[in-house]
Amino acid sequence: MSSLAVRKTRPAAGTTPGTVQGPPRRRRIAPVPTLTLLLGAVYCLLPVTWVVIAATKSGSELFSTFTFLPGTGFADNVSDLSAYRDGVYWQWMANSALYAGLGALLSTVVSALSGYALATYRFRGRETLFNVLLAGVLMPPVILAVPQYLLLAEANLTDSYLAVLLPQILSPYGVYLARIYAAAAVPADVVEAGRMDGASEWRIFTRVALPMMVPGLVTVFLFQFVAVWNNFLLPYIMLSDDEKFPITLGLYTLLEQGANTPALYTLVITGAFLAVLPLVALFLVVQRFWSLDLLSGAVKS
Amino acid sequence: MPYTKRRRLVTSAVAAALGATTLAACGSSGDGGDAQSGPVSLTYWTWTPGMDKVVDLWNKGPGKEQQITVTVKKQASGDTLVTKILTAHKAGQGPDLVQAEYQALPTLVSNDALADISGEVGDVKGKFAEGVWQQTTLGTDAVYAVPQDIGPMMFYYREDLFKKYDLKVPATWDEFAETARELKKAAPEKDLTTFSANDSGLFAGLAQQAGARWWTTEGDKWKVGIDDAATKKVADFWGGLVEEGAVDNQPMYTPAWNKALNTGKQIAWVSAVWAPGTLTTAAPDTKGKWAMAPLPQWSDSENRTGSWGGSSTGVTTDSEHKDAAAEFAQWLNTDGDALSALAREGGIYPASTSAQLSGAFSNPPEFFADQPDFYTNAAAIARTTAPSAWGPNVNVAYTAFKDAFGAAAKNKSDFTAALGTMQEETVADLKKQGFEVAR
Repeated sequence: MSSLAVRKTRPAAGTTPGTVQGPPRRRRIAPVPTLTLLLGAVYCLLPVTWVVIAATKSGSELFSTFTFLPGTGFADNVSDLSAYRDGVYWQWMANSALYAGLGALLSTVVSALSGYALATYRFRGRETLFNVLLAGVLMPPVILAVPQYLLLAEANLTDSYLAVLLPQILSPYGVYLARIYAAAAVPADVVEAGRMDGASEWRIFTRVALPMMVPGLVTVFLFQFVAVWNNFLLPYIMLSDDEKFPITLGLYTLLEQGANTPALYTLVITGAFLAVLPLVALFLVVQRFWSLDLLSGAVKS
Repeated sequence: MPYTKRRRLVTSAVAAALGATTLAACGSSGDGGDAQSGPVSLTYWTWTPGMDKVVDLWNKGPGKEQQITVTVKKQASGDTLVTKILTAHKAGQGPDLVQAEYQALPTLVSNDALADISGEVGDVKGKFAEGVWQQTTLGTDAVYAVPQDIGPMMFYYREDLFKKYDLKVPATWDEFAETARELKKAAPEKDLTTFSANDSGLFAGLAQQAGARWWTTEGDKWKVGIDDAATKKVADFWGGLVEEGAVDNQPMYTPAWNKALNTGKQIAWVSAVWAPGTLTTAAPDTKGKWAMAPLPQWSDSENRTGSWGGSSTGVTTDSEHKDAAAEFAQWLNTDGDALSALAREGGIYPASTSAQLSGAFSNPPEFFADQPDFYTNAAAIARTTAPSAWGPNVNVAYTAFKDAFGAAAKNKSDFTAALGTMQEETVADLKKQGFEVAR
């Protein structure tokens, strides 16, 4: 990968200066951007720290001890959470994994197919189609939740797993990203060469184009996974049976128990903390080759 | 179903949250729930904890005899649930039974989401206090829900600290203000309580006690009385206390508020019958140090309270088995065993007057172990609940309250002006929704 080699001689801002491949001139740390980034980091990490520490506190410690003093109740909190209504929390976790995992996978497949088609084939209405998709990118999914509910109600699909999965399979942003990525990463010459060799269009897509698109598709998968995992309104409107709830909805029901019942703060905080862990793990696993290859793809054009 | 005046009143409503444009349901909602044949299964949206266990009693007992099975689908409470019910209703996929707060009933009825069950449950009227029952009829001959739980307001105070600072439990609001000032003199860093601009329900309850009627009908028109004399009196009273610094101006239900209660920085709380549960989590270190008294009155001769919270069970117009659903709603909220189970599992304070003195309430809440007559007093206070008057856009008024009073409390500025804003925004929204509003 020649482009990668080119990249490596010029480290991006923020990498350690003065390494072997670095530029001859020693770069000083710019105070203003560094400070801004540090502030940003504190701003983002402080609430996370709060959640992590609060998750260790027992009910009586939660609001009475110093905010950043770890408590002693983490194990109790987790077992209380697991015991709540016969472990419905883990059911929610499994539901979220299903919605986000399967949903993101299907969405990635659809995005790959349509993105590749939009990038490779010239056909009447291609740009119109793409522009409609772009409009879809700009449309907040929140607006669509109620119409989608009414549509699925016509098909008698509400309050089912499909009700949450189906609307999230087509992700305009995913198709958009896949098209841009396919246009940059799959050279027209390669596709042409495949045709000369007599490969079918399907074979060219699966054997030649798809491997080249993998890094971009990982991005699509990650974005969609996070979007579905964090989605609230769509499942909120679609589902009424709390055995099918994803984690976001489940935690909300713990919080809103009615005026005469205090919110189950310790359970909600512990639940929120545990619900972030799969996302963090996913990012740690995929992050490295994900960001690197997005760069290499962008350079190719 | 006769095309009553009320119905015409509310037909002009537009489901604002959904942008609904037609309400064709008026014609078709007529007469579901004819004589049952064969087993019936019902779904029930509720947020009460432990409701599934209470419903099990029904499914194994009276429900089994009558072949009516109820399935609980647990929901989150609040305004969002109202939106969800209306969305489901629009698609014709609503559940058979819903739990609804009293102030949400006009919204649900004006969108034709709740069925009139007066024929099925009309004769249980006597089991509830009049002020409570009246909330489920909206002042008409119809009955749109069966009362489940109520939240009569009371005054909670730290008995030990009141003794320490030689304070008297206030019987009137004037004495309440005096007590706040005396405490400031004795211990400047402490506050009697706080005025929370986050809790619209509290302010609504206080206004209700003073005799306010925020929504009434006049012929075919709604009349909004948020800036009436009674409410002005309440707003001025609290605005004055906040301005002179006699009470705090920080919102309730925040970590800081929990801390203030737990450490005794705030030594009293104007709340409702469910306060012991909240105090257990908010101020765990103060167990056994609190006592409950009736809410202070506006004059010596009065004996009234407001309500903060409470909900009811309604049957939807989408239900195909209205008779069966109404049967269940009635059992749930009037049967002794059901109400005991509700109190035990869900921690509710029942609306049914006989249940308020039943076995489940013979002992005081754990947090108030030293006040053995807690629930006897509570039942007596509950009987003094003033009537309330809710309208179809309580949520808008509540939001306006939070915005306007939040700013006023923070700046310690004029509460009367904030009340004016609340009135204007509520009226404007009613008009926008297509209701006629009387001036």
